[in-house]
Amino acid sequence: MLKYALGRIGRSMITIVIIIAVVFSLLRLMPIEGYFSNFDKLSPEEIKNGLEKLGLNDPLPVQLMNFFKQLLSGDFGISYKFRRNVPITEFIGPMAMTSAKFGLLSMGVSLPLGMALGAMMSRKKNGIWDRLGNLYIVIIQAVPNAVYFLMIQTYGTQLLGCSMLYREGQPLTMVMPILSMALPSISSYAMWLRRYMVDETNKDYIKLARAKGVPNTTIWFRHVFRNSVVPMVNQIPGSLLLTISGSIYVESLYGINGLGGLLVSAIKLQDNSLVQLLVLIFSILGIIGLLLGDLLMAAVDPRISFTKKGGSR
Amino acid sequence: MSKFSVSEKKAASLEESLLDNLQVATQDKDQLTEEEIAALGADLFEVVPYDEEEAERTGYSNYSYWGSTVRMFFKNKTAMLMLLILALMLVFTYIQPLLPNQKDPTWCHWDENGMPLADIQPNSEFWFGTNNIGQDIWSNMWEGTRNSLFIGFAVAMINAVVGIIVGMIWGYIRQLDFILTEVYNVLSNIPSTIILILATYVMSPSITSLIIAMCVTGWMGMARFIRNLTLMIRDRDFNLASRCLGTPTHRVIMKNLLPQMVSVIMLRLALAIPGAIGSEAFMAYIGLGLPATIPSLGSLANAGRQYMMLPSMRYQLIIPCIFLSVITICFYIVGNAFADASDPRNHV
Repeated sequence: MLKYALGRIGRSMITIVIIIAVVFSLLRLMPIEGYFSNFDKLSPEEIKNGLEKLGLNDPLPVQLMNFFKQLLSGDFGISYKFRRNVPITEFIGPMAMTSAKFGLLSMGVSLPLGMALGAMMSRKKNGIWDRLGNLYIVIIQAVPNAVYFLMIQTYGTQLLGCSMLYREGQPLTMVMPILSMALPSISSYAMWLRRYMVDETNKDYIKLARAKGVPNTTIWFRHVFRNSVVPMVNQIPGSLLLTISGSIYVESLYGINGLGGLLVSAIKLQDNSLVQLLVLIFSILGIIGLLLGDLLMAAVDPRISFTKKGGSR
Repeated sequence: MSKFSVSEKKAASLEESLLDNLQVATQDKDQLTEEEIAALGADLFEVVPYDEEEAERTGYSNYSYWGSTVRMFFKNKTAMLMLLILALMLVFTYIQPLLPNQKDPTWCHWDENGMPLADIQPNSEFWFGTNNIGQDIWSNMWEGTRNSLFIGFAVAMINAVVGIIVGMIWGYIRQLDFILTEVYNVLSNIPSTIILILATYVMSPSITSLIIAMCVTGWMGMARFIRNLTLMIRDRDFNLASRCLGTPTHRVIMKNLLPQMVSVIMLRLALAIPGAIGSEAFMAYIGLGLPATIPSLGSLANAGRQYMMLPSMRYQLIIPCIFLSVITICFYIVGNAFADASDPRNHV
């Protein structure tokens, strides 16, 4: 297993280089008008000079080599548009921490609650919990996020009697953003756990265990729950690590200075070095998350193996 | 006979029914009269040639998986109603422009003084009112529903087909695992915003460019989901048995793996359609959606959002939200019912 993990980390290095090269090349396909705020008024010389300053006139492979050299020397570039001529590392760290704080708190709320709800719902199909839970899931799925987030913001903050925007140092203003982020993930955790648990309960070995007189709690926790949680466990490390990418709706609604909309706005502003760094960070975290998820899945279910054994595929 | 013995009770009841049958059988007479013999058809006495296929068939029940699934699904009345609502909505989006007295969705209405008829509340002229530049919301809603449903179906189907095929291969064939894992890592980490901007830059914004941009990386989620499910059952004993018997890989995938996943795939598929509609709404929110001349549920809901705080204008938000909600609820309930019906353990 260790050998497998190390091999995958080694290959991931190459993948990350490929990701950067692909994103780098795609960004160079962007229209050059986007690099200037007043493109129509500029003379051809000024445009040429501007592109020269951004290093966009060299051939693509040369630009790419320069970028990798720059990365290896620990220089993560300067933001040209989002914050004028400020080194990216200066502002990105605190923003990521803010997003991570909200993301981790909401995950801390939603994971146990969602799992508990899903388990309760599957315990008795068409029982009271199943009906209530289904109602909740349907409502969350059906109403567009942007709408109920807005409603939570207006009425929720009124109820708590605090400011509508997030203020640092006022924990009360954090409640509503965390609630907004947790509500959809509670519903998706509950929905999937219920689906897997209902499927598992119908299996023959559970009926056999029942017939043998195994206590219900043992069946529930040792057999049904443990088997149903396997497919879900794969996603958890990834979503845990990617909490730093934030939620674009919630952060823009509550004025939270996080990473939520940063990637989208950086792409729209064509702030190339900022886009590249963000893609680098997110892809490293995503790849680590996927690897941890696979390892965790194999740890929870010993039947899953990534190393070749006799008779395995 | 002891009072509580279930097996003895059962045996007694079986015995009774057997005796009844015997009595009925003995009452039937073997001897027929002349008239009765004459009344028998001549075809009863023809010798039927031996048919190998026919002889084999009697050994099996006529159980068909999909037949039973569909029958179980039809039993669920709520789901059938929801399916009917969806079908009617879909049909009506095509009928609505052909009806008399319908307004052009892109036309901005003016009154006789040249003032725009903007933000008119729902009335007999404009059934759902008008928006902030005087377009009729009723015709916009149906046009938008048609576009959104089309985007949803197209994206969900393409993603599902590609995702299931790639996911099965990714999960089952060990030699391909590392290549596909790295392909996944590369593709899933390219921000979809970049692809969307480039797609609209190359192709000019339209429904097609939006669908292409949503599909380029969209199938990855489905593929990973299927891959994880495949990994769980890849090394189970029945697959080992199949391999020992020399079953070809494609047959193992089609017959051993796929049927186990039908229920989860169905649920996922049913959610993928409203999901695609939702992500179109998200793109409208970040300003990369369809151009203003092509209405969609996402852009209509997004346009209505600014009126959240004005109770008299709120209809512009509520109407698109009701449409979105009805579509999502229908798909969710239909998908869940189909997922339940597709589990062979629920079949009779």
